[in-house]
Amino acid sequence: MSEQGTNRVKRGMAEMQKGGVIMDVVNAEQAKIAEAAGATAVMALERVPSDIRKEGGVARMADTRITEEVMNAVTIPVMAKARIGHIVEARVLEAMGVDYIDESEVLTPADEEFHLLKENYAVPFVCGCRNLGEAARRIGEGASMLRTKGEPGTGNIVEAVRHLRQVNAEVRKVVTMSEDELMTEARNLGASYEFLREVKRLGRLPVVNFAAGGVATPADAALMMELGADGVFVGSGIFKSANPERFARAIVEATTHYQDYKLIAELSKDLGVAMKGIEISTIAAGERMQERGW
Amino acid sequence: MKRVGVLALQGAVREHLQSIEACGAEAMAVKWPKDLEGLDALVLPGGESTTMRRLIDRYGMMEPLREFARMDKPMFGTCAGLILMAGTVVGYEEPHLGIMDVTVERNSFGRQIDSFEADLTIKGIEGTFEAVFIRAPHIVSAGASAEVLCEHNGKIVMARSGQFLGCSFHPELTDDHRIMAYFLRMIPSRTGVVLPN
Repeated sequence: MSEQGTNRVKRGMAEMQKGGVIMDVVNAEQAKIAEAAGATAVMALERVPSDIRKEGGVARMADTRITEEVMNAVTIPVMAKARIGHIVEARVLEAMGVDYIDESEVLTPADEEFHLLKENYAVPFVCGCRNLGEAARRIGEGASMLRTKGEPGTGNIVEAVRHLRQVNAEVRKVVTMSEDELMTEARNLGASYEFLREVKRLGRLPVVNFAAGGVATPADAALMMELGADGVFVGSGIFKSANPERFARAIVEATTHYQDYKLIAELSKDLGVAMKGIEISTIAAGERMQERGW
Repeated sequence: MKRVGVLALQGAVREHLQSIEACGAEAMAVKWPKDLEGLDALVLPGGESTTMRRLIDRYGMMEPLREFARMDKPMFGTCAGLILMAGTVVGYEEPHLGIMDVTVERNSFGRQIDSFEADLTIKGIEGTFEAVFIRAPHIVSAGASAEVLCEHNGKIVMARSGQFLGCSFHPELTDDHRIMAYFLRMIPSRTGVVLPN
Protein backbone atom coordinates (compact mmCIF):
# COMPACT_ATOMS: atom_id res chain seq x y z
CA MET A 1 0.00 0.00 0.00
CA SER A 2 1.23 3.48 -0.81
CA GLU A 3 -1.10 6.45 -0.90
CA GLN A 4 -0.63 10.16 -1.58
CA GLY A 5 -2.67 13.18 -0.54
CA THR A 6 -4.19 11.53 2.55
CA ASN A 7 -5.40 13.56 5.51
CA ARG A 8 -2.49 12.32 7.59
CA VAL A 9 0.02 13.38 4.96
CA LYS A 10 -1.62 16.79 4.48
CA ARG A 11 -2.17 17.57 8.17
CA GLY A 12 1.17 16.01 9.07
CA MET A 13 3.01 18.53 6.91
CA ALA A 14 1.55 21.30 9.10
CA GLU A 15 2.51 19.41 12.25
CA MET A 16 6.14 19.62 11.08
CA GLN A 17 5.84 23.41 10.94
CA LYS A 18 4.95 23.72 14.63
CA GLY A 19 6.97 26.13 16.70
CA GLY A 20 8.07 27.78 13.48
CA VAL A 21 7.70 31.03 11.58
CA ILE A 22 6.31 31.18 8.03
CA MET A 23 7.36 34.34 6.24
CA ASP A 24 5.79 36.25 3.34
CA VAL A 25 8.27 36.82 0.49
CA VAL A 26 7.87 38.48 -2.90
CA ASN A 27 11.04 37.26 -4.61
CA ALA A 28 13.85 34.71 -4.48
CA GLU A 29 16.20 37.03 -2.61
CA GLN A 30 13.74 37.54 0.23
CA ALA A 31 13.06 33.79 0.30
CA LYS A 32 16.77 33.12 0.82
CA ILE A 33 16.92 35.67 3.65
CA ALA A 34 13.92 34.01 5.28
CA GLU A 35 15.42 30.53 4.95
CA ALA A 36 18.78 31.64 6.34
CA ALA A 37 17.00 33.28 9.29
CA GLY A 38 15.35 29.96 10.17
CA ALA A 39 11.86 30.27 8.65
CA THR A 40 10.14 26.87 8.50
CA ALA A 41 8.43 27.84 5.22
CA VAL A 42 7.91 30.84 2.97
CA MET A 43 4.72 32.21 1.48
CA ALA A 44 5.29 33.41 -2.08
CA LEU A 45 3.14 36.34 -3.14
CA GLU A 46 3.26 39.36 -5.40
CA ARG A 47 2.68 42.05 -2.80
CA VAL A 48 2.77 41.80 0.98
CA PRO A 49 -0.54 42.65 2.67
CA SER A 50 0.47 46.19 3.68
CA ASP A 51 1.20 47.03 0.03
CA ILE A 52 -2.07 45.45 -1.10
CA ARG A 53 -3.82 47.64 1.46
CA LYS A 54 -1.95 50.76 0.36
CA GLU A 55 -2.21 50.28 -3.40
CA GLY A 56 -5.72 48.87 -3.51
CA GLY A 57 -7.07 47.21 -6.65
CA VAL A 58 -7.71 43.51 -7.05
CA ALA A 59 -5.15 41.26 -5.39
CA ARG A 60 -4.70 37.94 -7.18
CA MET A 61 -2.51 34.85 -7.14
CA ALA A 62 1.10 35.92 -7.75
CA ASP A 63 2.66 35.82 -11.20
CA THR A 64 3.69 32.18 -11.50
CA ARG A 65 7.25 33.29 -12.32
CA ILE A 66 7.60 34.68 -8.79
CA THR A 67 6.36 31.47 -7.20
CA GLU A 68 8.59 29.38 -9.45
CA GLU A 69 11.66 31.45 -8.60
CA VAL A 70 10.95 31.17 -4.89
CA MET A 71 10.50 27.40 -5.22
CA ASN A 72 13.86 27.16 -6.97
CA ALA A 73 15.60 29.38 -4.42
CA VAL A 74 14.96 27.48 -1.18
CA THR A 75 14.80 23.92 0.16
CA ILE A 76 12.17 24.68 2.83
CA PRO A 77 8.46 24.31 1.91
CA VAL A 78 6.92 26.99 -0.29
CA MET A 79 3.33 28.09 0.23
CA ALA A 80 1.35 30.33 -2.10
CA LYS A 81 -1.93 32.19 -1.93
CA ALA A 82 -5.03 31.63 -4.05
CA ARG A 83 -8.16 33.78 -3.91
CA ILE A 84 -11.08 32.46 -1.84
CA GLY A 85 -13.13 30.20 -4.10
CA HIS A 86 -10.79 30.51 -7.10
CA ILE A 87 -10.69 26.89 -8.25
CA VAL A 88 -8.31 27.53 -11.13
CA GLU A 89 -5.73 29.54 -9.18
CA ALA A 90 -5.66 26.68 -6.66
CA ARG A 91 -5.34 24.04 -9.37
CA VAL A 92 -2.54 26.02 -11.04
CA LEU A 93 -0.61 26.22 -7.77
CA GLU A 94 -1.17 22.51 -7.21
CA ALA A 95 0.06 21.73 -10.72
CA MET A 96 3.18 23.84 -10.08
CA GLY A 97 3.93 21.68 -7.04
CA VAL A 98 3.71 24.30 -4.30
CA ASP A 99 3.78 22.60 -0.91
CA TYR A 100 0.77 24.34 0.65
CA ILE A 101 -1.95 26.67 -0.64
CA ASP A 102 -3.34 29.49 1.46
CA GLU A 103 -6.95 30.16 0.46
CA SER A 104 -6.52 33.68 1.66
CA GLU A 105 -8.67 36.65 2.56
CA VAL A 106 -5.59 38.80 1.92
CA LEU A 107 -6.38 38.44 -1.78
CA THR A 108 -9.63 39.73 -3.26
CA PRO A 109 -12.21 36.93 -3.03
CA ALA A 110 -13.21 35.30 -6.32
CA ASP A 111 -16.35 33.85 -4.78
CA GLU A 112 -18.28 35.57 -2.02
CA GLU A 113 -20.41 32.56 -1.26
CA PHE A 114 -18.37 29.40 -1.65
CA HIS A 115 -14.91 28.47 -0.41
CA LEU A 116 -12.89 25.81 -2.22
CA LEU A 117 -13.69 22.16 -1.59
CA LYS A 118 -10.19 21.53 -0.40
CA GLU A 119 -10.58 17.81 0.22
CA ASN A 120 -10.57 17.35 -3.58
CA TYR A 121 -6.93 18.42 -3.84
CA ALA A 122 -3.75 16.43 -3.22
CA VAL A 123 -2.00 19.59 -2.04
CA PRO A 124 -2.84 20.69 1.51
CA PHE A 125 -4.54 24.01 2.33
CA VAL A 126 -4.30 26.52 5.13
CA CYS A 127 -7.25 28.86 5.77
CA GLY A 128 -7.99 31.80 8.03
CA CYS A 129 -10.49 31.75 10.89
CA ARG A 130 -11.80 34.13 13.53
CA ASN A 131 -13.79 31.68 15.61
CA LEU A 132 -14.52 27.99 16.02
CA GLY A 133 -17.40 28.07 13.52
CA GLU A 134 -15.14 29.35 10.74
CA ALA A 135 -12.48 26.84 11.79
CA ALA A 136 -15.03 24.02 11.63
CA ARG A 137 -16.29 25.02 8.19
CA ARG A 138 -12.82 25.29 6.69
CA ILE A 139 -11.78 21.94 8.16
CA GLY A 140 -15.07 20.50 6.92
CA GLU A 141 -14.11 21.60 3.40
CA GLY A 142 -10.75 19.91 3.82
CA ALA A 143 -8.34 22.53 5.19
CA SER A 144 -5.35 20.79 6.79
CA MET A 145 -4.10 23.78 8.74
CA LEU A 146 -5.62 26.95 10.18
CA ARG A 147 -4.40 30.39 11.01
CA THR A 148 -6.15 33.20 12.79
CA LYS A 149 -7.12 35.91 10.33
CA GLY A 150 -6.05 38.86 12.43
CA GLU A 151 -6.01 41.99 10.31
CA PRO A 152 -3.29 41.50 7.68
CA GLY A 153 -0.92 44.28 6.69
CA THR A 154 -1.61 46.42 9.75
CA GLY A 155 1.33 45.48 11.98
CA ASN A 156 -1.29 45.64 14.73
CA ILE A 157 -1.57 42.48 16.81
CA VAL A 158 -4.95 43.25 18.38
CA GLU A 159 -7.11 41.35 15.89
CA ALA A 160 -4.87 38.27 15.88
CA VAL A 161 -5.09 38.22 19.67
CA ARG A 162 -8.87 38.60 19.53
CA HIS A 163 -9.27 35.74 17.05
CA LEU A 164 -6.90 33.34 18.78
CA ARG A 165 -8.52 33.97 22.15
CA GLN A 166 -11.94 33.50 20.59
CA VAL A 167 -11.05 30.17 18.94
CA ASN A 168 -9.34 28.87 22.08
CA ALA A 169 -12.17 29.98 24.39
CA GLU A 170 -14.69 28.21 22.16
CA VAL A 171 -12.55 25.06 22.10
CA ARG A 172 -12.36 25.10 25.90
CA LYS A 173 -16.12 25.54 26.11
CA VAL A 174 -16.78 22.57 23.82
CA VAL A 175 -14.34 20.41 25.78
CA THR A 176 -16.17 21.10 29.06
CA MET A 177 -19.66 20.70 27.61
CA SER A 178 -21.61 17.50 28.18
CA GLU A 179 -22.33 15.34 25.14
CA ASP A 180 -26.00 16.29 25.09
CA GLU A 181 -25.16 19.98 24.77
CA LEU A 182 -23.00 19.59 21.67
CA MET A 183 -25.76 19.54 19.05
CA THR A 184 -27.10 22.90 20.17
CA GLU A 185 -23.58 24.32 20.22
CA ALA A 186 -23.07 22.95 16.71
CA ARG A 187 -26.15 24.84 15.55
CA ASN A 188 -25.03 28.03 17.31
CA LEU A 189 -21.51 27.93 15.85
CA GLY A 190 -22.49 26.72 12.39
CA ALA A 191 -20.17 23.77 12.95
CA SER A 192 -20.89 20.12 12.35
CA TYR A 193 -21.83 17.95 15.33
CA GLU A 194 -19.16 15.42 14.36
CA PHE A 195 -16.52 18.15 14.36
CA LEU A 196 -17.44 19.28 17.87
CA ARG A 197 -17.35 15.68 19.10
CA GLU A 198 -13.86 15.37 17.68
CA VAL A 199 -12.73 18.61 19.35
CA LYS A 200 -14.17 17.38 22.65
CA ARG A 201 -12.45 14.01 22.32
CA LEU A 202 -9.07 15.51 21.39
CA GLY A 203 -9.28 18.46 23.77
CA ARG A 204 -8.03 20.69 20.95
CA LEU A 205 -8.50 21.49 17.26
CA PRO A 206 -7.80 18.50 15.01
CA VAL A 207 -5.32 20.54 12.92
CA VAL A 208 -2.46 22.91 13.63
CA ASN A 209 -3.49 26.54 14.21
CA PHE A 210 -0.97 29.31 13.58
CA ALA A 211 -1.36 33.00 14.40
CA ALA A 212 -1.40 35.51 11.56
CA GLY A 213 -2.46 39.01 10.67
CA GLY A 214 -0.54 41.66 12.59
CA VAL A 215 2.70 40.16 13.93
CA ALA A 216 5.35 42.90 13.68
CA THR A 217 7.88 42.30 16.47
CA PRO A 218 9.58 39.42 18.33
CA ALA A 219 7.36 40.20 21.33
CA ASP A 220 4.24 39.94 19.14
CA ALA A 221 5.33 36.49 17.94
CA ALA A 222 6.05 35.37 21.51
CA LEU A 223 2.66 36.73 22.64
CA MET A 224 0.84 34.58 20.11
CA MET A 225 2.79 31.50 21.22
CA GLU A 226 1.97 32.36 24.84
CA LEU A 227 -1.73 32.46 23.90
CA GLY A 228 -1.48 28.97 22.43
CA ALA A 229 -0.67 29.42 18.75
CA ASP A 230 1.22 26.49 17.21
CA GLY A 231 3.45 28.92 15.28
CA VAL A 232 3.25 32.26 13.48
CA PHE A 233 2.89 33.69 10.01
CA VAL A 234 4.64 37.00 9.51
CA GLY A 235 3.54 38.94 6.48
CA SER A 236 4.55 42.54 6.10
CA GLY A 237 6.29 42.56 9.51
CA ILE A 238 9.65 41.38 8.23
CA PHE A 239 10.30 42.89 4.83
CA LYS A 240 8.60 46.18 5.76
CA SER A 241 10.90 46.63 8.77
CA ALA A 242 14.13 48.62 8.70
CA ASN A 243 16.32 45.53 8.98
CA PRO A 244 14.55 42.44 7.58
CA GLU A 245 17.40 40.04 8.29
CA ARG A 246 17.58 40.93 11.96
CA PHE A 247 13.81 41.05 12.38
CA ALA A 248 13.49 37.65 10.75
CA ARG A 249 16.11 36.06 13.00
CA ALA A 250 14.75 37.72 16.14
CA ILE A 251 11.18 36.63 15.40
CA VAL A 252 12.30 33.02 14.81
CA GLU A 253 14.19 32.97 18.11
CA ALA A 254 11.41 34.65 20.08
CA THR A 255 8.95 32.06 18.74
CA THR A 256 11.10 29.15 19.94
CA HIS A 257 11.92 30.71 23.32
CA TYR A 258 8.65 32.55 23.82
CA GLN A 259 8.70 32.34 27.59
CA ASP A 260 12.31 33.45 27.97
CA TYR A 261 11.69 37.12 28.61
CA LYS A 262 15.30 38.13 29.20
CA LEU A 263 16.15 36.65 25.85
CA ILE A 264 13.27 38.48 24.16
CA ALA A 265 14.56 41.69 25.76
CA GLU A 266 17.93 41.04 24.09
CA LEU A 267 16.29 40.14 20.79
CA SER A 268 14.30 43.38 20.85
CA LYS A 269 17.37 45.58 21.38
CA ASP A 270 18.47 47.95 18.58
CA LEU A 271 16.31 46.12 16.07
CA GLY A 272 15.56 49.29 14.18
CA VAL A 273 12.16 50.53 13.16
CA ALA A 274 9.34 47.99 12.93
CA MET A 275 6.74 48.40 10.21
CA LYS A 276 4.68 51.49 10.84
CA GLY A 277 1.34 49.86 11.59
CA ILE A 278 -2.28 50.95 11.42
CA GLU A 279 -4.83 51.48 14.17
CA ILE A 280 -7.77 49.19 13.33
CA SER A 281 -10.50 51.77 13.99
CA THR A 282 -9.11 53.89 11.14
CA ILE A 283 -9.84 51.12 8.61
CA ALA A 284 -13.32 51.28 7.12
CA ALA A 285 -15.34 48.16 7.95
CA GLY A 286 -15.58 47.28 4.24
CA GLU A 287 -11.79 47.31 3.94
CA ARG A 288 -11.12 44.87 6.75
CA MET A 289 -9.73 41.71 5.20
CA GLN A 290 -10.94 39.60 8.12
CA GLU A 291 -14.55 40.15 6.98
CA ARG A 292 -13.83 38.23 3.79
CA GLY A 293 -15.01 34.61 3.80
CA TRP A 294 -17.44 33.24 6.34
CA MET B 1 12.23 5.21 35.11
CA LYS B 2 14.05 5.95 31.87
CA ARG B 3 14.26 9.65 31.16
CA VAL B 4 14.14 10.63 27.49
CA GLY B 5 14.48 14.10 26.01
CA VAL B 6 13.02 15.52 22.82
CA LEU B 7 14.89 18.34 21.12
CA ALA B 8 12.23 21.06 21.31
CA LEU B 9 13.50 23.84 19.07
CA GLN B 10 10.81 23.31 16.44
CA GLY B 11 8.67 20.55 14.92
CA ALA B 12 6.65 17.55 16.09
CA VAL B 13 7.77 17.78 19.71
CA ARG B 14 4.44 17.15 21.43
CA GLU B 15 3.83 13.90 19.53
CA HIS B 16 7.21 12.46 20.52
CA LEU B 17 6.74 13.47 24.16
CA GLN B 18 3.37 11.67 24.16
CA SER B 19 4.84 8.62 22.47
CA ILE B 20 7.65 8.37 25.05
CA GLU B 21 5.13 8.61 27.88
CA ALA B 22 2.87 6.05 26.22
CA CYS B 23 5.85 3.67 26.35
CA GLY B 24 6.22 4.18 30.09
CA ALA B 25 9.25 6.49 30.17
CA GLU B 26 9.59 10.04 31.44
CA ALA B 27 9.62 12.65 28.65
CA MET B 28 11.40 16.01 28.79
CA ALA B 29 11.50 18.89 26.28
CA VAL B 30 15.07 20.03 25.54
CA LYS B 31 15.62 23.66 24.56
CA TRP B 32 18.95 24.47 26.19
CA PRO B 33 22.23 22.58 26.75
CA LYS B 34 21.48 22.25 30.49
CA ASP B 35 18.27 20.34 29.65
CA LEU B 36 20.43 17.43 28.44
CA GLU B 37 21.65 16.72 31.97
CA GLY B 38 20.32 13.51 33.45
CA LEU B 39 18.79 12.23 30.23
CA ASP B 40 19.21 8.58 29.23
CA ALA B 41 18.38 9.14 25.57
CA LEU B 42 17.35 11.86 23.12
CA VAL B 43 14.87 12.10 20.26
CA LEU B 44 15.41 14.55 17.39
CA PRO B 45 11.93 15.15 15.97
CA GLY B 46 10.54 15.83 12.53
CA GLY B 47 10.35 19.46 11.50
CA GLU B 48 12.53 21.65 9.32
CA SER B 49 16.20 20.73 9.56
CA THR B 50 17.43 24.14 8.38
CA THR B 51 15.44 25.87 11.13
CA MET B 52 16.61 23.48 13.84
CA ARG B 53 20.22 23.77 12.67
CA ARG B 54 20.14 27.56 12.91
CA LEU B 55 18.72 27.42 16.42
CA ILE B 56 21.26 24.75 17.44
CA ASP B 57 24.08 27.06 16.31
CA ARG B 58 22.55 30.18 17.80
CA TYR B 59 22.09 28.72 21.28
CA GLY B 60 25.31 26.72 21.58
CA MET B 61 23.67 23.31 21.30
CA MET B 62 26.03 21.77 18.75
CA GLU B 63 28.86 20.71 21.05
CA PRO B 64 26.58 19.57 23.93
CA LEU B 65 24.64 17.37 21.47
CA ARG B 66 27.84 15.86 20.10
CA GLU B 67 29.07 15.31 23.67
CA PHE B 68 25.76 13.57 24.45
CA ALA B 69 26.43 11.27 21.50
CA ARG B 70 30.00 10.59 22.70
CA MET B 71 28.57 9.43 26.04
CA ASP B 72 27.12 6.46 24.14
CA LYS B 73 23.59 7.58 24.88
CA PRO B 74 20.96 6.43 22.37
CA MET B 75 19.64 9.02 19.93
CA PHE B 76 16.70 8.64 17.57
CA GLY B 77 16.06 10.98 14.65
CA THR B 78 12.89 11.07 12.54
CA CYS B 79 12.97 12.85 9.15
CA ALA B 80 14.64 16.19 9.96
CA GLY B 81 16.17 14.51 13.03
CA LEU B 82 17.76 11.88 10.79
CA ILE B 83 19.19 14.65 8.59
CA LEU B 84 20.68 16.34 11.67
CA MET B 85 22.33 13.09 12.80
CA ALA B 86 23.65 11.87 9.43
CA GLY B 87 27.40 11.72 8.83
CA THR B 88 26.95 13.01 5.27
CA VAL B 89 24.15 15.03 3.68
CA VAL B 90 24.09 14.94 -0.13
CA GLY B 91 24.79 18.40 -1.58
CA TYR B 92 26.24 19.82 1.64
CA GLU B 93 29.96 20.12 2.36
CA GLU B 94 29.51 19.64 6.09
CA PRO B 95 27.02 17.47 7.96
CA HIS B 96 25.05 18.86 10.91
CA LEU B 97 25.83 16.75 13.98
CA GLY B 98 27.56 14.20 11.76
CA ILE B 99 27.28 11.38 14.31
CA MET B 100 25.52 8.58 12.45
CA ASP B 101 27.25 6.42 9.87
CA VAL B 102 24.80 7.05 7.03
CA THR B 103 24.53 9.35 4.01
CA VAL B 104 21.14 11.01 3.55
CA GLU B 105 19.56 13.05 0.82
CA ARG B 106 16.89 15.66 1.63
CA ASN B 107 13.44 15.86 0.00
CA SER B 108 14.32 12.79 -2.02
CA PHE B 109 10.76 11.61 -2.67
CA GLY B 110 9.75 14.99 -4.15
CA ARG B 111 7.69 17.90 -2.89
CA GLN B 112 4.71 17.84 -0.50
CA ILE B 113 2.37 16.66 -3.24
CA ASP B 114 4.49 13.51 -3.54
CA SER B 115 4.34 12.83 0.21
CA PHE B 116 2.72 9.49 1.01
CA GLU B 117 1.73 6.81 3.47
CA ALA B 118 2.99 3.25 3.08
CA ASP B 119 2.93 -0.03 4.98
CA LEU B 120 6.48 -1.00 5.85
CA THR B 121 8.14 -4.17 7.01
CA ILE B 122 10.77 -3.30 9.59
CA LYS B 123 13.45 -5.63 10.90
CA GLY B 124 12.88 -6.23 14.60
CA ILE B 125 9.23 -5.13 14.49
CA GLU B 126 6.50 -7.70 13.96
CA GLY B 127 3.87 -7.23 11.28
CA THR B 128 3.65 -4.10 9.16
CA PHE B 129 4.03 -0.47 10.22
CA GLU B 130 1.88 2.34 8.78
CA ALA B 131 4.44 5.01 7.96
CA VAL B 132 3.82 8.66 7.00
CA PHE B 133 6.46 10.21 4.72
CA ILE B 134 6.42 14.03 4.43
CA ARG B 135 8.89 15.69 2.09
CA ALA B 136 11.01 12.86 3.33
CA PRO B 137 14.76 12.27 3.04
CA HIS B 138 16.13 8.81 2.40
CA ILE B 139 19.31 7.04 3.36
CA VAL B 140 21.43 6.87 0.20
CA SER B 141 23.95 4.56 1.79
CA ALA B 142 24.50 3.02 5.19
CA GLY B 143 28.11 2.75 6.43
CA ALA B 144 29.85 -0.43 7.56
CA SER B 145 28.70 0.04 11.15
CA ALA B 146 25.07 0.61 10.18
CA GLU B 147 22.34 -1.98 9.87
CA VAL B 148 19.54 -1.34 7.37
CA LEU B 149 16.21 -1.94 9.14
CA CYS B 150 13.81 -1.01 6.37
CA GLU B 151 13.65 -0.24 2.67
CA HIS B 152 10.76 1.13 0.64
CA ASN B 153 10.79 0.82 -3.17
CA GLY B 154 14.52 0.19 -3.08
CA LYS B 155 15.32 3.19 -0.86
CA ILE B 156 16.63 2.78 2.68
CA VAL B 157 14.20 4.51 5.04
CA MET B 158 15.35 3.24 8.45
CA ALA B 159 18.70 2.22 9.86
CA ARG B 160 20.56 1.73 13.11
CA SER B 161 24.22 2.42 13.72
CA GLY B 162 25.35 1.58 17.23
CA GLN B 163 23.29 3.69 19.62
CA PHE B 164 21.86 5.79 16.78
CA LEU B 165 18.49 5.05 15.21
CA GLY B 166 17.10 7.02 12.28
CA CYS B 167 14.11 6.87 9.96
CA SER B 168 12.85 8.98 7.03
CA PHE B 169 9.22 8.81 8.07
CA HIS B 170 7.20 10.05 11.07
CA PRO B 171 6.19 7.35 13.57
CA GLU B 172 5.13 10.29 15.78
CA LEU B 173 2.20 11.01 13.45
CA THR B 174 0.56 7.66 14.22
CA ASP B 175 -0.60 6.09 17.48
CA ASP B 176 1.69 3.14 16.85
CA HIS B 177 4.44 3.33 19.49
CA ARG B 178 6.36 0.20 18.52
CA ILE B 179 9.33 2.06 17.03
CA MET B 180 9.59 4.26 20.12
CA ALA B 181 9.44 1.12 22.28
CA TYR B 182 12.23 -0.38 20.13
CA PHE B 183 14.30 2.77 20.70
CA LEU B 184 13.70 2.75 24.45
CA ARG B 185 14.98 -0.84 24.55
CA MET B 186 18.29 0.50 23.16
CA ILE B 187 18.84 2.33 26.47
CA PRO B 188 21.25 0.26 28.56
CA SER B 189 19.84 -1.06 31.82
CA ARG B 190 20.88 0.96 34.85
CA THR B 191 21.28 -2.17 36.98
CA GLY B 192 24.32 -1.80 39.18
CA VAL B 193 24.76 1.86 38.31
CA VAL B 194 24.55 4.27 41.21
CA LEU B 195 22.49 7.28 40.26
CA PRO B 196 22.70 10.66 41.92
CA ASN B 197 19.73 11.49 44.17
